[in-house]
Parts: sequence; C-alpha cells; structure tokens
Amino acid sequence: MIGRQQVPEELGRYALLGIALVYLTVLVALPLLIVFVEAFTRGLVPYIASLLDPYALAAMRLTLLTAAVSVPLNLIFGIAAAWAIAKFEFRGKNTLVTLIDIPFAISPVISGLIYVLMFGAQGWVGPWLIEHGIHIIFAVPGIILATTFVTFPFVARELIPLMQTQGNDEEETALSLGASGWQTFRLVTLPNIRWGLLYGVLLCNARAMGEFGAVSVVSGHIRGLTNTLPLHIEIMYSDYNYVGAFAAASILAMLALVTLVAKTLLELRQPELRAGIARQA
Amino acid sequence: MTARITRRSAAGLIAAALSGGYLAARPRAARAADAPITLLNVSYDATRELYEAIDAAFTAQWLSQYRQKISVLQSHGGSGQQASAIVNGLQADVATLGSAFDVMQLYTQAHLIPENWAARLPYNSSPYTSTIVFLVRRGNPKNVRDWADLVRPGVQVVTPNPKTSGAARWAYLAAWAWASRRSGSTEATTKSFMKTLYQHVPVLDAGARGATDTFVERGIGDVLLSWENEALLAAQKLGRGMFSIVVPALSILAEPPVTVVDKVVDQRGTRRFAEAYLQFLYTPQGQQIIAENFYRPRSPAAAQQYAAQFPAVAQMVSVEQAFGGWARAQAVHFADGGTFDQIYGQ
Repeated sequence: MIGRQQVPEELGRYALLGIALVYLTVLVALPLLIVFVEAFTRGLVPYIASLLDPYALAAMRLTLLTAAVSVPLNLIFGIAAAWAIAKFEFRGKNTLVTLIDIPFAISPVISGLIYVLMFGAQGWVGPWLIEHGIHIIFAVPGIILATTFVTFPFVARELIPLMQTQGNDEEETALSLGASGWQTFRLVTLPNIRWGLLYGVLLCNARAMGEFGAVSVVSGHIRGLTNTLPLHIEIMYSDYNYVGAFAAASILAMLALVTLVAKTLLELRQPELRAGIARQA
Repeated sequence: MTARITRRSAAGLIAAALSGGYLAARPRAARAADAPITLLNVSYDATRELYEAIDAAFTAQWLSQYRQKISVLQSHGGSGQQASAIVNGLQADVATLGSAFDVMQLYTQAHLIPENWAARLPYNSSPYTSTIVFLVRRGNPKNVRDWADLVRPGVQVVTPNPKTSGAARWAYLAAWAWASRRSGSTEATTKSFMKTLYQHVPVLDAGARGATDTFVERGIGDVLLSWENEALLAAQKLGRGMFSIVVPALSILAEPPVTVVDKVVDQRGTRRFAEAYLQFLYTPQGQQIIAENFYRPRSPAAAQQYAAQFPAVAQMVSVEQAFGGWARAQAVHFADGGTFDQIYGQ
C-alpha cells in the first residue's frame, strides 16, 4: 500500500524537477553560455585585447566605483529604514514602506528622467549648479545617484520581514540589562539579521553593476568617462564589434557569477543562512 | 516623523551629490598650463569611426604644433537625443549632429549658441555631405532601381522612424522630393505614394544603427534606406559581396552641421581649442579623413581623389531648395499632426 503511493509522488517530484531544469537551461544557462561562446569566437587574443581596450577598462572601473559607492549607501539606508519600520511604531509608517517600493514600481527610464528634471540645465536646481561648475547628470555623480535610487529597496526589502518576525524581545532584554543602543544593535540585532543583510547586499550589488535604463538616461554616453559596463556593451554591439560586446558581457556575467558563488559558499559554510532565508520565505 | 526622515535623507543625498560633483568636474583649461585640455564632441550614431580618426589626427597635429596635449572625448547616440542631452546640460564643447534641425534646438531650447551659428563656418557649417541610398541584398533579387520600385507588391523597405532618427528624416524628405517631382503630381498623389511606401515598412526602428541591424543581422526586408556612409560601411564591414548599393536617380543632399557650443566653451575656457578642432575638419587632412570614412568631402581636391567611391546622383536636391529650410520641413512633415502623422498609422 505504502509503496504504491510513493511511486506517483516521486514521479510528480521528478516531473517538477524536470520542468524546472529545462526551463532554467533554456532561459538562463544557454543564453549565458552563448555569451561566452560568442566572446571567444575569434580566440583568446582578440578577447583579451578587447578587454584591455582603454574604454572597456574605464567602463569596468566606473561600474565598480558605482557599486562601491551605492551599495554601502543602501546598506546604511536599508538597515536604518528596516530598523525604523520593524521595531518602532510611528505615524506615516505605511507611507515610508510605500516610498521604499517606488524604485521597484516605476520604470528605470523614469528613475533616470527625474534626475534630468532636477539636475539638468533646464531643471529645478540644475541651472544654479551648472553656473557654479557642479555637474551632476551626464557625469559620474548622476550615474551613482541613479544607481543608488534604483537599488535602494533591495537591502530594506530583505530586512523588513526578517526583523518583523524576530520582534523586539531580544533587544528589549538587552536594553533592560543595561546595554546601550549601539551595543544592542551591534551585539543583538546585527548578528540576528546578518544573513538576510548579506543576501540583500548581494542582490543590491548585482543590480547596481547591471543597471542599464536609468544609467543610460543620465550618462551622456561619454566614452571612457561616463559609460558603465552595460552601456559599453550596447555601444560595442552597435559598432558591429561583437567580440568586444560579448567579451564585456562575459565580464559582467562573471561578476554576477562571482557574487552567486560567494553566496553559495557562505550558505554551505553557514547552515544558518539557509534557515534565515527559509524563515523569510 | 516621516517628513523629517525624508527631508534629512534628501539633504544627505544632495550633500553626497555635491561633493561628488566637485570631484568629478573636469579640469578647467585655465587652471594649469600643463594639464591636458579635454574637449567633448557630442555627435550622432553614424560618425563613430569618423571622429575616432579625426580626433587622433587633430590631437597629434596640435601636439606637434603647440606642444600641448588635447584629449577629445566622444559621445554618440541618436541625433535628436544627443541634442536634447546638450540642452539638458551635457557639457559638449562641440556638437556635430545629423541635421541642422537638431543643432537649431541648441539655440531655440536653451540659447547655448547664437541664432546665426550656421554662418560661422564654411558651407553652412557642414564640413561634409552625404545622401540617402538603397542597400539591397546580393544580386538585387527584387530588381530595385529607383523610388518607384519600393512600392511594388512584395517589396519590403526598412527605414527608421522619422520622429526619432535623423537618417529617417532625410530618407523621408528624399522620397517626398522624388514623388512631388513626378510629372502631373499633386500634393494628394505625393501623399498617396508616401502612404504606400510606409505600408511597405515592416518595422520602424528608433535609429539608423537599429535599422541597419534589422536589415543586416535579422535579415528583414529587401531594401534599406540608409545614409550613404552607413551603407558603404555596412557593405564593407559586414561581409563583402553580401549587399550592394543602388543609387536612386534623385536623392537628397544631407548636410550634417557642426558647431561650437558657446555657453560651454566660454565657461570652460576651451573656445580656442574647440574652434581649432572644427576648423581642422576643413583642412586637406581633415577632408581626406572624411572621404576615407565614406562621407562626401567639400574640398574639390579630396572630392576628385575619391570620386570613384561616390556614385553620381543624377539629381541632388537640398532641403533649402525643395522644402524651404529645416524649420519649415520639420513643421510641415514631422511635427505632431504633420504629413508623417497623416500618412502613417491611419
């Protein structure tokens, strides 16, 4: 009796697994593989040469710089916002939650345009800034601003449900035992949220390096100065330089893969993370 | 509370942006004599290869003549889009765009250049010309020879959207000019030809490079209405013998203009270099590079040397002559409710 029931259950499980695998192979693995195949169509030397091109190097530097600034900013903001929302009651809390979701809800192109409308030469504060030699859009600060805007929900969104489930009990205990606010945060809250935080930071970083739409609007596309890797890929592609385009794409893909591998390694070493993610889900 | 948080974080953002802005401001030419001078040339899609060559030659010449290093930065995109970026504050020292209409925006939208900008350099500030030709597949299987053949049943035409693409506007005007010069033509017959023509267009791409991609890479269509330089480049770079160029009996004289952006060069102190850069385009060496990159040079010497590269167009009409200038052409044909809106999508 028992054995007979197990067979259809297993079949169902394999069927589901099969669907998931085929789906992932067709939609994710194959396109990713094609990126690498195309990058090496002419061999290793053109591949390396196109990566050592000064414009490609400048694009990589800018992409790394953008992520290096916007990810820490969003880390601080995400913790602060999640902390405020999960641990305190105040008027306008729902408004704040909605505000955090805005970058996910609106198109990245609009995220870029709002900065043009603010800091552009025809915008609100743009004329005054430009008069004083300060350039925000069509320069590096605009790219960082737009990227930060587009990626700020990632950390907060990871942390809010986690912190809400955890509740205030441990913090209240710590405070009642005489810990200061900072000690409570460092010794109680942070260890509790660290895996969710890490996951949020990884997602935030992946998007910060890959963002195209918002950055494209504020970039000005100055070669060697304001092109990020995704923009550089598009330019190479429309220059009919396919090796260059796919070589740069392979670097971007590899940056993402490194992020994922780092996450997997951490998960393997720390079963807590899996538990943490499972709890959020 | 919310208001306070929001205000505070906004202040923080602005502060961060300001400090970043100072760091990222490009070095001013006036600051140090030995610091390299940078010029930003904001141009359209098709000129990437051209200005790469021009920049290298100009900076080398300036270095040997004045022992001073100039580095020229490039930005490329759709011509209309690039004009709007300059209007919105992209710090272009020089603008080298696809049509006079787009350069005019720098005056009408933001007064970045004087009204008489076109009179400041020879040939209406256009150092080269180009025209619209047909790119067809190997052996010209549909036997396309002239504009009339484009509306034959079964012929598919690829051209970008005139609302967003400079090349598409030139192509549209060329087709219009041909149709309105047929014997016995009236405005109604011209419009009806244009309407049929655009019914033969399966995809309207946003820009010239996108349309070339559709035709060459995706294999869509029998004819690509293309910049001559873009067609020659595509025919050379993307597989010799795969395509051939058909020159129609009538086409349009495209005059992509260049200008110094006065407000920017005066603020950055780069006028001298920007002007020299544009004048270089008119020198024998500049004209030579222009011709090598498949644009029709202005100087008779270069034109003669490269005559074989540029097939003669029996009748070449200009926008001034056939449409009374860019401002009028834009208002009549491409503004909201203009002839393009009338013939397309009804």
